[in-house]
Amino acid sequence: MGETIITVENVGMEFNLSQEKIDNLKEFFIKFLKRELTFQPFWALKNVSMKVDKGDSVGLVGLNGAGKSTLLKLICGVMKPTEGQIKVKGRLSPLLALGAGFDPSYTGRENIFLYGSLLGHSKHYIESKFDEIVEFSEVGDFIDVPLKNYSSGMQARLAFSIATAVQPEILILDEVLSVGDAKFQEKSRKKMNSLMGGQVTILFVSHSTHVVRQICDKAIWLEKGKLVTHGPVDEVCDVYEEFIRLKE
Amino acid sequence: MTISIRRHRFFVNFNKYRFLLNQLVKRDIKIKYRRSILGIFWSFLEPLASMVVITIIFSTLFSRNIENFPVYYLCGALAYQFFAAGTNGSMRSMISNAGILKTIYIPKYLYSLSAVLSNFVTFLLSLIVLLGVMAVTNAPFTMYIIFASLPILALLLLTVGVGLIMATINVFFRDIQYLYGIFLMLLMYLTPIFYPPQIVPVSWRFIQDYNPLFAIIQCFRSSFLDGTLYSTQDLIFGMGSGIVALIIGIIIFYKFQDKFILYI
Repeated sequence: MGETIITVENVGMEFNLSQEKIDNLKEFFIKFLKRELTFQPFWALKNVSMKVDKGDSVGLVGLNGAGKSTLLKLICGVMKPTEGQIKVKGRLSPLLALGAGFDPSYTGRENIFLYGSLLGHSKHYIESKFDEIVEFSEVGDFIDVPLKNYSSGMQARLAFSIATAVQPEILILDEVLSVGDAKFQEKSRKKMNSLMGGQVTILFVSHSTHVVRQICDKAIWLEKGKLVTHGPVDEVCDVYEEFIRLKE
Repeated sequence: MTISIRRHRFFVNFNKYRFLLNQLVKRDIKIKYRRSILGIFWSFLEPLASMVVITIIFSTLFSRNIENFPVYYLCGALAYQFFAAGTNGSMRSMISNAGILKTIYIPKYLYSLSAVLSNFVTFLLSLIVLLGVMAVTNAPFTMYIIFASLPILALLLLTVGVGLIMATINVFFRDIQYLYGIFLMLLMYLTPIFYPPQIVPVSWRFIQDYNPLFAIIQCFRSSFLDGTLYSTQDLIFGMGSGIVALIIGIIIFYKFQDKFILYI
């Protein structure tokens, strides 16, 4: 067992699920005067504890709304948990929604620097990785074309290439391998495998237990914000598939 | 002591994301001028055009009080425009970058800061217009122009501070954008930008006295128009307001920033 690099302790995340979201002063005052400022708590995650060791690749499975993405966002530091603690050691490279940091009127080249800097890298470092990124993404001559003229597959390839070229210590993937054509999917899977050969820890979210089994060696099953079970990938996936079959 | 300060979380983080800030400011400027033939000259043209129009309309009206109307106007207008555009951009920055803030951890203040800084670059460029107009109108070029850097710093602090406050409020109440638009318009008329301060009735002068933007503009006018040293009182008031606004902005922003994600 390697050292633990992600520790999640009794984490809970509460959202306000009131009927209408109040985001302006006018409504706020009207509701305030009418005493209609309701607060409907909804726990997207409750009492979730887990540990991830260095070099693990962990798959998160569960139905829609189970809290998988919320958990990833908490680990990334995008959101702060309402209760509990999360400790992360090492550099995170999130690949949540692909291309969220891209600017459509920027060229591919400019976007590599923009996206790289969003992930917290220095100019010097991105320059040293530039050729590798361009080559892996296969965008070729499109590198100096504004991103709005890219196909969605090309955008996804570019984003994947940037996120993986930087040798992250922890790679977070949310349903990304389903993008790109079959050839690129194969290639990215290989890249993932080579990363796993190193010291990279992977957190992977997918609806498809098939892909999770391929990529991960451990799995966590979340259901309605609670952790149902965790352990070796095949065990968890078997139980999960059984659960889905019963539901149908 | 200095080492322990430099190792503080904030500075470590800021250092890590310095290149991002640089990229964001560059992007704002690049995107603004991309695909326009005039490019960066737009930032010269805009103050120049409004200066010509305002001068034609008002200079005869106020010729008794104001000697060099174009320079008088530019000193006020450039400062006001930077303040208005900077705080406005900062206010909208959290909402317009919601997509990325929801996906990756980035210190949120970077977006607010980059909105102000990109406008600051435009402001510095438009000072070239001011110097050009000074040369054409035979305004005095004195060493006091260098002293203008202090009120410029005060203006920057004020804009960053107010920008952080507005960014925080805007996350929770979107309609503040419209209210702030009205406030900015009122501010423009209440600040003696294109009229002399004396035309305001004495009983209403307190509005000018408590207007930090006007204090800063007064400092500009001393440096660029009169070629004298500005009154220390104006500078202290401007600088003090800037520092206070910045402190309040940082406190409010840090207090609420963890909740932003649930509202954007």
